[in-house]
Amino acid sequence: MKQEPIKTEAIEITYREAVREALRDAIKRDERVFLMGEDVGRYGGCYAVSHGLLAQFGPERIRDTPLSESGFTGAGIGAAMAGMRPIVEVMTVNFSLLALDQILNTAATLRHMSGNQFGVPLVIRMATGAGRQLAAQHSHSLEGWYAHVPGIKVLAPATLEDARGMLWTALEDPDPVLIFENVMLYNMTGKLATDAGPVDIDKAAVRRPGRDISLIAYGGSLWKTLEAATTLAGEGIEAEVIDLRSLRPLDDATIMASVAKTRHAIIVDESWRTGSLAAEVGMRIVEQAFWSLDAPLGRVCSEEVPIPYPRHLENAAIPQATKIVAATKAALDRA
Amino acid sequence: MTAAADKPRLSREHMLDLLKQMIRIRRFEDKCAELYTQEKIRGFMHLYDGEEAVAVGVIPVLDKRDRVVATYREHGQALVRGVPMTTIMAEMYGKQEGCARGRGGSMHLFDAATNFYGGNAIVGGGLPLAVGLGLADHMRGNDIVTACFFGDGAVAEGEFHESMNLAALWELPVLFVCENNLYAMGTALALSESETDIHRKAECYRIISEAVDGMDVVAVEAAARRAVHAVRESRKPYFLECRTYRLRAHSMFDPQLYRDKAEVEARRHSEPIVRFQQWLETNHMIHPEDLPRILAEIDAEIAQSVAFAEAGTWEPVDQLTRFVYADAAVPAGR
Amino acid sequence: MVEFRMPSLGADMEAGTLVEWLIKPGDVVKRGQVVAVVETQKGAIEIETFQAGRIDKVLVDLHSKVPVGTPLALILAEGEEKPAVATAVPPPAAVAPTAAPSLERPPMAPARPVSPVRPRVAPGTQVSPAARRLAQERGIDLSTVTGSGRDGAITYADVERRAAEVMAPAVPVAPAERKRAPTLDLGAMRVAIAAAMARSKREIPHYYLEHQVEVTACERWLAEKNATLPPEGRLLFGALPIKAVALAIRRFPAFNGFYRDNKFAPSPAVHVGVAISIRGGGLAAPALHDVDQLPLDELMRQMRDLIQRTRAGRIRGSEMSDPTITVSSLGERGVETLYGIIYPPQVAIIGIGKAVVRPWVIDGAIGPRSVITMTLSGDHRVTDGHAGALFLAEIGKLLQEPEKL
Repeated sequence: MKQEPIKTEAIEITYREAVREALRDAIKRDERVFLMGEDVGRYGGCYAVSHGLLAQFGPERIRDTPLSESGFTGAGIGAAMAGMRPIVEVMTVNFSLLALDQILNTAATLRHMSGNQFGVPLVIRMATGAGRQLAAQHSHSLEGWYAHVPGIKVLAPATLEDARGMLWTALEDPDPVLIFENVMLYNMTGKLATDAGPVDIDKAAVRRPGRDISLIAYGGSLWKTLEAATTLAGEGIEAEVIDLRSLRPLDDATIMASVAKTRHAIIVDESWRTGSLAAEVGMRIVEQAFWSLDAPLGRVCSEEVPIPYPRHLENAAIPQATKIVAATKAALDRA
Repeated sequence: MTAAADKPRLSREHMLDLLKQMIRIRRFEDKCAELYTQEKIRGFMHLYDGEEAVAVGVIPVLDKRDRVVATYREHGQALVRGVPMTTIMAEMYGKQEGCARGRGGSMHLFDAATNFYGGNAIVGGGLPLAVGLGLADHMRGNDIVTACFFGDGAVAEGEFHESMNLAALWELPVLFVCENNLYAMGTALALSESETDIHRKAECYRIISEAVDGMDVVAVEAAARRAVHAVRESRKPYFLECRTYRLRAHSMFDPQLYRDKAEVEARRHSEPIVRFQQWLETNHMIHPEDLPRILAEIDAEIAQSVAFAEAGTWEPVDQLTRFVYADAAVPAGR
Repeated sequence: MVEFRMPSLGADMEAGTLVEWLIKPGDVVKRGQVVAVVETQKGAIEIETFQAGRIDKVLVDLHSKVPVGTPLALILAEGEEKPAVATAVPPPAAVAPTAAPSLERPPMAPARPVSPVRPRVAPGTQVSPAARRLAQERGIDLSTVTGSGRDGAITYADVERRAAEVMAPAVPVAPAERKRAPTLDLGAMRVAIAAAMARSKREIPHYYLEHQVEVTACERWLAEKNATLPPEGRLLFGALPIKAVALAIRRFPAFNGFYRDNKFAPSPAVHVGVAISIRGGGLAAPALHDVDQLPLDELMRQMRDLIQRTRAGRIRGSEMSDPTITVSSLGERGVETLYGIIYPPQVAIIGIGKAVVRPWVIDGAIGPRSVITMTLSGDHRVTDGHAGALFLAEIGKLLQEPEKL
C-alpha cells in the first residue's frame, strides 16, 4: 500500500519506522519517558518497532518485561502516577485481556475515584487486527471495547503522519491514552516529511472528499476504504472517506458535516458487527443527522465468527474493498 | 539510619501513643458501624477491628515522603497515615468535603497530601500499582519507600505473583505488608492455598521475608523498622507477613457462616488493644487517668468528624461528568 | 428515650426478620452489646445496640419481617425516668443533610418536532427524512413524486427533480438535453403554490400593517436618472422598494431569515424574493441575491434578467430556495393595497400597491403627491406590530432619498 506523495522535503519510510522515530524522539526529548513491554529490548520488538532502541538508550529506558501483562501494565500506571511518562507496549490487543483489570479498574477510574487528586498520564501501545492467518486467538480488533470506557482515550493511527505524530501528543496528555497499530500497516511505505511532528489526537480527517456517500473508517480498514473509493469513482460514485483517527473521543462534528452533505453513510470497522464501534457511530448519526439521511445506514464489519486460519476464510471474515464497494452500491441503490 | 533507630522506642510517651492510635481506629470503626446501620454510610464497608496493630506498627515508621497503597479495608491505614478524620468521615457519607470529593466512598479513600494511593476494591489490584510507584523511585534514584498493604486473599491472584517477580527482578523499593487475617472474605486460608505460610511464597521470588505476630503492636513495629530500613538502604523489596485476625465480619452484611463464634470469642481475648493494655498495666506504663483522657480525646474527635460529615454538602448533579479526564467537564451524551 | 431500629447491614438489605431477642424489657445494655438476631437473605446476623441504657419496651413481634429503619425497641438512657405520657421520641440520628441530592433529569437534547403537516403519500410509500424535509420546504406534494429508491422509496433526488419540474427545470447539464426547450408545467406549479400557501395560512400567524409612503421624490429622481440612460438600462420604479427593503433589513434583521423547527434563524445575507407573475396563471418568487450590496443599476439589470428567465422557465434551483424575504408588487396594473401571504419558511412579505396621486399635507398646506400603500405581512411568532411598524417606517424613510439607495 502506498500513500499519495507529498510536496515538502520528504523521505521514503515505513509505518513501522515512523513509530520507531516517534519512540526515539520521545525518549530523547523527555527523560521521564521509557518503553516497557515484552521483547521490546533484546528481541527488538515483536513487530521490530523498537529494533535498535535498546542499543541506543539502554535497559533502563527500553525495559524488557516478563510475561506479566497485568503486572507491568499496573506498574506503568504506578510509575505514571509517580511522575514518569511510561509507554507500555502490550504485544497485541489479544494479550491485553490479561491487563484489562488494570486498564479499566485502575487507569480509567483513578482520577475519578480519587476526586481528581491522582491522574494517570500513561500511554499503552498495542498491535491489533487480523490478516496474517494467525487464527482465532491472535486476530482480534477490540478497539471498540476500549472506546466504551470513560476515563481513557483511544487512538487508531492509519497514516504515516499519525504513526509518527500521535505518540508525542499522547505522552503529553494527562490521562491514559491507548494507541492501536494495525498489524497490516507496519510494512506500509510512503513519503513522510522530514519535519513531521506532533499531530492532534481528537479529530477525524477527511482523507478523500466526495459528495455521494460518507465512508467512515479507521486503522487498517482505512486503506481498503480508499481502495474502494477509487473503484467507485470509476463507476461515477464519488465517496467521501473519513478517517476517524480518534475512537474516543469521536469527532462528531466532522462525521455529521460529511453526512449532512452526502446524506448517506457506511461505517467500516474490523471488529465483529454486533456491538461494534460501527454501531456507536451509526447511532450517533441517527441521533444527530437523521433528517439529512436519504437511505438507511450501513456497516461493513467482521463476520460473526472467530477469525479462521485458512486464507480464503480469513479474507471472507474481515472487511475487504470489494465488500465496501458492494455495500456502497446497495446504499445508493445502484447494485 | 543507624541500627539504634531500628529498635522501637519503649518510652511511656511512645507506648501511650501506640495505644491511642489503636483505640482511635477501633472507636472510629465502631462509629462507622453505627452510622452504617442508620444508612448514613452506604454501599460496602469493611472494618478493621482486630488488625489495628498492623497499621499502627508499620505506618508511623514511614516518612512523609514515602508512599502507601492499601485495600478496601483501609480506614485504619488512612487514619494512622494522617488523612484527617473529618475528611474520611465525609467521604464515607459521600459528601463533597470528603478526601475524594465523596466520589469514592469507604473503599476508595485517597489523599495526595499524605501520599495515600487508595483504597482499591480489586483484590490484588494495588500490588502492580505499588510496583509502578517503586519503579519510578528506582529510576529516579531517590530513597523513597512504598508500603503496600494487602490481605491473604490477594496471594491467590496472578497479580500478586507478577508483582513479586517484578519487584524482585527489577529490585524495587517496595515493602509488601500482607495482613493475613486467615480469611479471604468467607474462605479460610487453608482452603485456598497449598502453601499457607504466606511469607514463604515471597521467599520463592527471592524477596527477604518475615512473619510476625500481627496482634502484637510492639513486635510489628520492630519488624517494620527492620523492613523499612532495609528497603530504604538496599533499594530492594521486603515482605512482611503480619499474622492477625479480623474480629468483625468481612463486611457489614456478612452472617459469618464460615467460622465458629467460639473461635472469634477466643481471639477477642488476645486482640491487640486488650493485649497491649494489659502489657502496659503490668509494666506500670499506664496510669489511671491516661485511658479516660485518651478516650475523651478520641470521642471528641469522632464527634467532630461526624458533625463535619453531617454538615457536609452534596456535590451538584450537574457536576457529574467531571474528573473523568483532566480537561473541562465533558458534556453529557458525548 | 431512644428508638432501637432495624439496622441496615448491607447495600442490598431492605428488610429483616427478627427471629430472636437476646434481651428482655428491664435489662440494662451496654454500647456494642448484641441484643437480637435478624434473619436476612444471607443468613442470621446478630445485631448490636449503639445505645447504652435500660430496655423499656419491645415494639415488634418475633418472626415479623420489617423494613430497615423500623423501631424494634425503646431504650431508656441511664438515669432517665420513663415519661408518664408517651412523648415524641427524638430521632436518634443527627442533623439531616443540609441539602438532599436532587434527582435532576439529565439535560436532554431538544427533540426535533415531528412536522404537524404530514405530506400526503400513498400508504406504504417510504420517504427518506431528507426527502420529506425538502418536500415541506418547497411545498411539493409528495403524492405527485415518483420514488426511485429501493421498493419505490422517495429520495431527496426525486423531490429535487419534482421541484425543478414544477418551477422550471434547471439549466440542463448533458449536451443532448440542451436541444429540448425547457417547459413549464403550470398545472403542477399551481398545485405547489396551493400547498405552500395553504401551509402558510395554516402554520404562520400573520399580522398585517399598512403604511402610506410618498414617492414623489422617487419619481422625480427616476425621471432625471432615466433621461441619461438608454431604454434597456432604464430603472423601473419596482427596483427602488426592493433596495429600500434590503437596506432597512440591516436595522431590522428579525424580518429576514427562516423559521424552522420551532425557531427563527436570521440570515446574514439579504436575498429578496421578487414575486413574478407568469403568463397562464403561474407565479414564482425567485431571489435576487445580496440585494443590500447591489448598486441600483446592477439590481435593475439582475431583476430584468430574472423576470425574463422566470417567464421563460429557466430559473435555477437556488434562486427558488434562497429568498430570505419577499417583495410583491402588482405594478401599474394592480390595486392600491396588496396584502401578501408569507412564503414559508420566510417570516415576512412586503406588498407594494400602485402609485396613486393623493391629496397630501405638506407644511400645513394640501397638495397632490404620488403615494403608494405599502403593507407588511409578518410572522407573529417572530415579530410583532411594533417592530413591523418601525420596519415599514424605515422603508418609507429610505424611499424619501432615492439617490442614496
